[in-house]
Amino acid sequence: MPEATNVDDDRRDGVQIDLISGQRMDGMASMEKIRMILDGVHNGNIVILEEGLTPDEESKLIEVTMAEISPDEFNGIEIETYPKSSTRDSSLLGRIMGGDEPPKKLTVIGPANQIETLHKDETLISALVSRN
Amino acid sequence: MGLISGLRDSISRVTDGLFSEQEPKRIGIYGPPNAGKTTLANRIARDWTGDAIGTESHIPHETRRARRKEGVEIERNGKSVTIDIVDTPGVTTKVDYEEFTDEMDKDDAIRRSREATEGVAEAMHWLREDVDGVIYVLDSAEDPITQVNTMLIGIIESRDLPVLIFANKIDLEESSVKRIEDAFPQHKTVPLSAKEGENMDEVYGNIAEYFG
Ligand SMILES: Nc1nc2c(ncn2[C@@H]2O[C@H](COP(=O)(O)OP(=O)(O)OP(=O)(O)O)[C@@H](O)[C@H]2O)c(=O)[nH]1
Ligand SMILES: [Mg+2]
Repeated sequence: MPEATNVDDDRRDGVQIDLISGQRMDGMASMEKIRMILDGVHNGNIVILEEGLTPDEESKLIEVTMAEISPDEFNGIEIETYPKSSTRDSSLLGRIMGGDEPPKKLTVIGPANQIETLHKDETLISALVSRN
Repeated sequence: MGLISGLRDSISRVTDGLFSEQEPKRIGIYGPPNAGKTTLANRIARDWTGDAIGTESHIPHETRRARRKEGVEIERNGKSVTIDIVDTPGVTTKVDYEEFTDEMDKDDAIRRSREATEGVAEAMHWLREDVDGVIYVLDSAEDPITQVNTMLIGIIESRDLPVLIFANKIDLEESSVKRIEDAFPQHKTVPLSAKEGENMDEVYGNIAEYFG
């Protein structure tokens, strides 16, 4: 499977966004998804998942992120999902309708030192991405 | 009583003690850094066993190792429940040592942040493997709708663990219990001040009822 390519460092004065389709995620193992997300974030990219992660994958994402934090290099991740996973979708209706299917939720993940959530409500996530 | 039957009796007494019908449930105290988890764990442990569990601090990531207090027996309205309390490190998706450099020198700040990251991973591990129920502690003076809270509650729900949400720090003026109830309407929210000991009757009543 082709990897998301990264622009050469000297060409980068913008912010790269990797938008990953649900279809592409479907064929991947949990650890492959987590690796793909964190590799992107380590490169300073913003990773957007069309369909979110399962709770188990989110739990592993937190663990692996923690293991990779290193002073002055990587502070961890900022992550936002829409719609909110637990309050609505995965509670009553989501479970009745979807069985074990993960609720479909757009997920935005970026390096903690570069992305800052300005505003978030039921229908809008507004984030500020700085270049470095 | 014959020798053999006496022996049998004492053996069964020993095994009864070793494998009592019900192991105490392990209740994990979870939540973001600084919510008051250790303050709550200490209050519960002091009220029912006499000693404390860990150190409390206004600096986030004070708890960097999960700590267990075994066999805490809580009695309420004739109901008694024995639980193990696990105080866990506050969960986050990011740790920046510069957050601590106002309070300590750089080496200590870097060490604290490294231990904090290990602590978060440990807390997640306990959640996946080793707890039977969760008390989720929130600072009611802060916005409860954060990604960490939504993710963690989602993870807890997906494991079908019983969970009580504790709206802590109700002694603060900016506290809003309703904001928490609205954010997580699917769970029971119990208001309290772990520091001042406010509403502890309801806290113990709910623990006995929910985890008993
Ligand atoms: N006003 C007020 N402050 C509280 C209350 N409970 C805890 N605190 C304070 O909040 C700060 C953090 O308390 P801790 O119990 O250390 O918080 P924690 O959740 O264990 O934090 P970590 O171990 O870093 O994850 C301390 O300064 C406590 O004194 C409360 O009910 N009211
Ligand atoms: Mg603590």
